[in-house]
Amino acid sequence: MTNTVSPLGKDLIGLEKLTADQILQILDTAEPFKEISERRIKKVPVLRGKTIVNLFFEASTRTRVSFEFAEKRLSADTVNISTSGSSLVKGETLVDTARNLEAMRIDMVVMRHGASGAARFLAERIPSTVINAGDGWHEHPTQGLLDLLTIRDHMGHLEGLKVCIVGDILHSRVARSNIYGLRTLGAEVAVCGPRTLLPSMVEELGCQFFSRIEDAIQWADVLNVLRLQLERMQSGYVPSLREYNRIWGVSSKKLQAAPRDLLILHPGPMNRGVEIDSDVADGSHSVILNQVTNGVAVRMAVLYLLAGGQLEKAEAAKRGVES
Amino acid sequence: MSDKLILKGGRVVDPSQNIDDTRDVLLVDGRVAELSSSLATHEDAQLVDCSGLVVTPGLIDVHVHLREPGGEHKETIATGAAAAAAGGFTSICAMPNTDPPIEDPAGVGFVVAEGKKAGKARVYPIGCISVGREGKRLALVGEMVEAGAVAITDDGSPVMDSGLMRLALEYAQSFGIPVADHPEDLTLSAKGHMNDGVMSSRLGLAGKPNASEDIHIVRDLMLAELTGGHIHLQHCSTRLGVEMIRQAKARGVRVTAEASPHHLVLTEEAVEGYRTEAKMNPPLRTQEDVDAVRAGLADGTLDTIATDHAPHHYDEKEAAFADAPNGIVGLETALGIILTHVVKEGLIDLATMVDRMSCQPARAFNLPGGTLAEGSPADVTVFDAEKSWTVDPSRFLSKSRNTPFTGWSLTGQPCLTIVDGRVVWSV
Repeated sequence: MTNTVSPLGKDLIGLEKLTADQILQILDTAEPFKEISERRIKKVPVLRGKTIVNLFFEASTRTRVSFEFAEKRLSADTVNISTSGSSLVKGETLVDTARNLEAMRIDMVVMRHGASGAARFLAERIPSTVINAGDGWHEHPTQGLLDLLTIRDHMGHLEGLKVCIVGDILHSRVARSNIYGLRTLGAEVAVCGPRTLLPSMVEELGCQFFSRIEDAIQWADVLNVLRLQLERMQSGYVPSLREYNRIWGVSSKKLQAAPRDLLILHPGPMNRGVEIDSDVADGSHSVILNQVTNGVAVRMAVLYLLAGGQLEKAEAAKRGVES
Repeated sequence: MSDKLILKGGRVVDPSQNIDDTRDVLLVDGRVAELSSSLATHEDAQLVDCSGLVVTPGLIDVHVHLREPGGEHKETIATGAAAAAAGGFTSICAMPNTDPPIEDPAGVGFVVAEGKKAGKARVYPIGCISVGREGKRLALVGEMVEAGAVAITDDGSPVMDSGLMRLALEYAQSFGIPVADHPEDLTLSAKGHMNDGVMSSRLGLAGKPNASEDIHIVRDLMLAELTGGHIHLQHCSTRLGVEMIRQAKARGVRVTAEASPHHLVLTEEAVEGYRTEAKMNPPLRTQEDVDAVRAGLADGTLDTIATDHAPHHYDEKEAAFADAPNGIVGLETALGIILTHVVKEGLIDLATMVDRMSCQPARAFNLPGGTLAEGSPADVTVFDAEKSWTVDPSRFLSKSRNTPFTGWSLTGQPCLTIVDGRVVWSV
């Protein structure tokens, strides 16, 4: 690793502020890492000696495991902290948790937190690299990146593609990261869902809006179908899951009207029979499991790029020169 | 021997008497004794040279949170009153959302006593509308007024029950006090952390729509019209809200209303980067709203400037945006902000500023002061309208530092604050 500084800066907080070059560099870096996961011995030593804390204030299986595989395949030492069985439930503030971790001399924190802005908050207060694994409704940049990579794998390009994000946009960090990343790379983005689940000014984010999934299907090349959290029904945003499925659920019947084959993505975990029907999820146009595979590669790329600058700094420090 | 103070050669701006002229002010035994351009010599008087300075009736802030009892780590009545004096305020009205809340004569008496003990700006308590600020039944309004309360409000926990608000507006008339309301329909906004709009959509934060404030303003105006009571609308921040108040005033509804310095100069853009020092309730809104609040201040629809001084301990604001409390301190920046960004920008003249920061607040809450007429209380603010300074929160007398104005360069600074003929603060 001989990059001078990390091309991404100290942290990865979101895709909103990244340039097209930076995003493409991550996607291109993910390509060689895909191959490592196919080897018999799935390990390379690029993060040997690095300490990474996976700090999860919200329950997560897929993202946490994906990060952990990525870290281990790069030979980092990892510690997992989640809300149960730690000081996080004892009323310790985020600042104090961060300072305590920092005092143990860690290199990176991968954080999932329920509050929008929490990743940036942490990044501004500790010298370690912070990777946002989802902050509230704000961003989930590595999910956005793996979605971009999966679309590029299957469509060959992103520029000019029409991507529609379907479902609960209001509460979705996945939606925001997708919108920012896709638009930066020249794709057209639309959203589709009940008006109750859209941010009030979604058009200001540069998105078209479709009330009806049928119209979205006519327009799009790609559908990214979001999970409908069951509590949205309990809070009254939609009257019933059955009605949601009838009107906004993606079914093979609705897809039959599409003028072209649509690529179907879903960040998981799926509610089969709610936002997506099984025949679509398991169908030939679904790339949902490819997303999961790409997730590990993209996270390896992000870890590698962010650590690169730091390794260089460490070497420079060893040589006694200013970095 | 009597206690005499002469403020010599200052520009006296007193809209209550239509004065904007160079005058000497003679204060004797806590009263304004004489305002003259050729004051006779008083050998026994203390003389303060005010040439080049502006002399006005003491500034009055009808909306401050002093946090005592229960929140003494954020502010006390003594530190709040000292911060007020340092900001040029001679009187402040303390909100009752303390712990326990100020909901009975004992609580009101405590605030009065602590205010007197502090000996800085005068401290007037405001009592709760409802017991426990729960919006269910009226608090002991009459007894609180007897103990010194000057108004009632459930500030921060708006009375959602229109029937109770009607009773409050009727009952308060027995005592000649206003009912102050924080206009917010919580069913629309309770989950929100900032203005509902472009920024909240981008940042992924739950929003408070303008409609949550507008609906409550309209309701309050209609109840004031129904009852003939005096409604005082706090910290108005929306374009339509200002317009509704303007129309109600034209119909003769008894309404007074506040503009806060931050709603006059900041938009929701200040939240960029999840800055918790820009988190307050009502939230910072759009430029269109700011323009409307400014226009409302200029034409008198919003007749009072009030800071909504809301101190918080630094580590309470040191949190993710959704987890941080609402509010900013304002007592020590208000005059500089208003002079620099409202008066010097030509929106209102100096006399109108004094009207909105002294005369109207006194009138709305029936407080002594708001004038330098002979015989009135010797509450005087002296400031240098040309003095440049930079906001440095570490110099605040308030216990708290939560301000979005850190590092702002302002023109216009208080020099001397006189309460009851006594200098309680000087630069």
